[in-house]
Amino acid sequence: MNYETIIGLEIHAELSTKSKAFCSCKNEFGAEVNTNCCPVCMGYPGALPVMNKKVVEYAVKAGLALDCQISLYSKTDRKNYFYPDLPKAYQISQYDIPLCKNGKIQVQVDGENKSIGITRIHIEEDAGKLIHGTEVEDYSLVDFNRSGVPLIEIVSEPDMRSPVEARLYLEKLKGILEYLEISDCKMQEGSLRCDANISIRPAGQKEFGIKTEIKNMNSMKALQKALEYEEERHKKVLSEGGTIVQETRRWDEAKGITVSMRTKEQAHDYRYFPEPDLVPIVLEEKWIDEIRKALPELPDDKRRRFVEEYGIPDYDASVLTLTKELSDFFEACAKGHKNPKAISNWVMGEILRIMKEKELDFKDLKIKPEDLRKLVDLIESGVLSSTGAKQVFEEMFRTGREPEALVEQLGLKQISDEDVIVELVKKVLSENQKSVEDYKNGKSNALGFLVGQCMKASKGKGNPQLINKILKDLLA
Amino acid sequence: MVVASPFQNNTEEVKILDLHNLTLHEIRDMIRSGEVSAKDVLQSVYGRIDAVDDKVDAYIALTRDKAYEAAEAIDKRLAGGEALGDVAGIPMALKDNISTNGIKTTCASKMLENYTPAFDAHVYEKLKEAGAILIGKTNLDEFAMGSSTENSAFKTTKNPWNLDRVSGGSSGGSAAAVAAGEAFFALGSDTGGSIRQPASLCGIVGFKPTYGAVSRYGLVAFGSSFDQIGPFTKDVEDCAIVLNHLYGYDKNDSTSLAVEHGDFKEALNKEIKGMKIGLPKEYFGEGIAPEVKKLVMDGVKVMESLGAHVEETSLPYSEYALPVYYIASSAEASSNLARFDGVRYGYRAKDYEDLNDLYIKSRSEAFGDEVKLRIMLGTYTLSSGYYDAYYNKALKARRLIKQDFEKAFEKYDILISPTSPTTAFKIGERSDDQLAMYMSDICTVPVNIAGIPAISIPCGFSGGLPVGMQIMGKALGEASIIKAAHAFQRNTDFLGKRPTL
Amino acid sequence: MKKPSRNGLKGGNDMIEKKDLEYVAALAKLKLREEDLEKVREKFSMVLDYVSMLNKLDIEEVEPLINVNGMTNVMREDEVGESMNRETLLANAPEKMYGCIKVSKIIE
Repeated sequence: MNYETIIGLEIHAELSTKSKAFCSCKNEFGAEVNTNCCPVCMGYPGALPVMNKKVVEYAVKAGLALDCQISLYSKTDRKNYFYPDLPKAYQISQYDIPLCKNGKIQVQVDGENKSIGITRIHIEEDAGKLIHGTEVEDYSLVDFNRSGVPLIEIVSEPDMRSPVEARLYLEKLKGILEYLEISDCKMQEGSLRCDANISIRPAGQKEFGIKTEIKNMNSMKALQKALEYEEERHKKVLSEGGTIVQETRRWDEAKGITVSMRTKEQAHDYRYFPEPDLVPIVLEEKWIDEIRKALPELPDDKRRRFVEEYGIPDYDASVLTLTKELSDFFEACAKGHKNPKAISNWVMGEILRIMKEKELDFKDLKIKPEDLRKLVDLIESGVLSSTGAKQVFEEMFRTGREPEALVEQLGLKQISDEDVIVELVKKVLSENQKSVEDYKNGKSNALGFLVGQCMKASKGKGNPQLINKILKDLLA
Repeated sequence: MVVASPFQNNTEEVKILDLHNLTLHEIRDMIRSGEVSAKDVLQSVYGRIDAVDDKVDAYIALTRDKAYEAAEAIDKRLAGGEALGDVAGIPMALKDNISTNGIKTTCASKMLENYTPAFDAHVYEKLKEAGAILIGKTNLDEFAMGSSTENSAFKTTKNPWNLDRVSGGSSGGSAAAVAAGEAFFALGSDTGGSIRQPASLCGIVGFKPTYGAVSRYGLVAFGSSFDQIGPFTKDVEDCAIVLNHLYGYDKNDSTSLAVEHGDFKEALNKEIKGMKIGLPKEYFGEGIAPEVKKLVMDGVKVMESLGAHVEETSLPYSEYALPVYYIASSAEASSNLARFDGVRYGYRAKDYEDLNDLYIKSRSEAFGDEVKLRIMLGTYTLSSGYYDAYYNKALKARRLIKQDFEKAFEKYDILISPTSPTTAFKIGERSDDQLAMYMSDICTVPVNIAGIPAISIPCGFSGGLPVGMQIMGKALGEASIIKAAHAFQRNTDFLGKRPTL
Repeated sequence: MKKPSRNGLKGGNDMIEKKDLEYVAALAKLKLREEDLEKVREKFSMVLDYVSMLNKLDIEEVEPLINVNGMTNVMREDEVGESMNRETLLANAPEKMYGCIKVSKIIE
């Protein structure tokens, strides 16, 4: 039986405003517990919310970047439920009239362009954080610093057809939000959260199958793994003649499985109703146009421009524009340089490799763009061999020093003076008559031996390409 | 306690002056002229409270020490020659659902019996700054839900005119305090009539501002789209004075109006010749006690004799006002009171098995019956499957009721009706009759639904009990109301009467 | 204005079902005592019956009124203000620990 997988994603992104959504407490990750709170975000009786203008602005920015229709009239609603991290016992959110809707995002799947629909984007506030006691101690602690932090919720259409597609969607979306500079998008810090809905249906069937919701995926990798697991689980259940239970499941990273959360969940009746303490948001086309004009260059546009401006392949451009920081770094290195492809190779290769290995952000990278340019220049002018370059690069990464000084310090300067090389080669040839004979008799590995001898004679500093060329010339 | 006329020459012993029957503006004049000090006035008030409050039960708590400190500070400033405003040195009471920093704010509920806010309500901040002195916090129906102050978890406030009868609600404590001379003015909150109805039953002036005119920041929310804070005073001039200090934009309240309101005192001492008055017939029907109807009509005749034009009119959707109110305000209340969950403040049950048990026990043990009933009603009307038939429908009917008023105010400057269908009923009389209790608000509720301002002023007595006349104005039409009310006051003597306690 | 009709509500089908009342109470995190259940059921049903008078109105096309004074776009600038001192903030907390509110363990 052939099954088709249907996936939809619900993303929550914390907006990087200075203050919270409805009060002027600081919006700050990692602060000491309960130090960024006030009667409003703590839900004290008598406290009232006041909308943060920037929240609306950022949400509209996201809507425009995702090709959505912006609602000229929208309002907030209360979503009522009880939980210790929810101080008012309701969340201020948007129910039937979200700020943005009917958008789309382009994703590259196997080299093909695919459009994934965005159902809606709305604004809401975050809840506090629960810190649980150990197995033995039976308590939980609540920190309200995060309570009232502004969020946008982005709901996709169920247009994704595989876990890989879902991951690509999330990566693309994350990139766009970062480009807009409206969210830090750090999954590990919780400023970008993702829940997934997945179902399968027999190939050719029109109706969707029963879906399950997956929560607690804290990285891109976890998202893909969780969906792959769940997809398999659905297939197994159906092929054994069972039915999927519609429920919410938790991804257990350690065990690599999803676990039903159903025991604690009853169907919530959120009793949404319009928030009486806030007034409707009425936007003017003029204001929306201003925001549209002020949008930064988005990933897809930047990618096209990189191909045109720097003559690099589309694949390179797609990698280099994945995040804003990366694309900014590349551009700082490549602008005006005569060999952007070489720069691209270094950035996509060594830079990304070492940053992934050391788990770094660009702000912590010691290598400056002008230094990477110089490194590339040194290789092209023959001063540095490729092995030498790698060594210099490691030092540049470690110390942030510029390459020329390091070449001197490490004594890696290649000998590229032709006269010197000719002298050297002549000497080696005279000392290795037998090999010369072997080479002339057709033994091709004799050349390799002679090259090695020349490198040894030059104490490794000989320019290998030059040695090769001169050897061949002299042996001919 | 020595009682002496303020006009006598005093001996050196501490005399507590008999000032409690005077009005705010009379006391203000005496403070300004140096005849009495703020401390004298305060002593007089506390003396009165000590004498009568064990009978009236208007107060939940008194703030004596802080009050005397404040009075001393005012006296110092006056001695220094500083010119202070109208309410400087005037002792006032606040309904105990208005937040006061460092002073318990209980909402007359077990849930908040030991709750002390860490911030002031906006209106309290303003009045403090203007020099008014807090005497104490007054009793109310629990969380402002009720029409008799019998729903208080602590005590029932008695009507100063007849201690066997209710003082009205939910702001019964504030009303009784002013009526009994235990405060020169008091603040209450009005969601469906909770200022005007007690004012009517206690024979004093009560005013509900245009929705949004007075900040709700710090008022423990009941029906967010209905609630307004307003004053209880002995006469209309006092009312205008206090309104001046309450009105104004508050950036911390998103429903606060940013409008210049001017000086309400300018509406005093005006002629009402030519004023167009409408009498909505739905407010004079069979549900109104005949003696109430008669006294209100007498009052209308006084207006007519002053040159106003009176005409019957109709607000056709009036009969839906109570259902709209009880659905919508209960819905909002069910949400507003959900924050009382035993987690961050307020009552937390002693023994509970798990989180859900914590919620259920804390709330069930600490909320009174009426509060629970309204929360359940609100929850029901918002719940899935019922939202459209109840809550959403109520919002639609609300628009129609508001439109009724808007149409009426195209023709009339003010509308007049009885405030309460009856005089004060006996304590316990309506406790078991849910609907009879709700019917107390039949004339006041439409005003909150439409968000318009209204006053209740005394217009006579029936069986020794006060009767109140309600004057309604269009949104931000306070001046017309004050004009008419003050003209009525000048031409009658009801506002000078005081109960004997 | 007319006095409300009671429809002779005393038992029978006009009253809300006991289980429905308990469901509503549970949604609101309330539990009624057994001895009170019948009385509350009566009261609740009476009030519900009264407010159901709205059913008489045929007003599908009317827009619900949400903000009674018609205001829109009340917003503030994105500026950080002073937060409340933690001790003051938690002064009313029934139980606290390590600067946080403490509750019984929540099973995720």
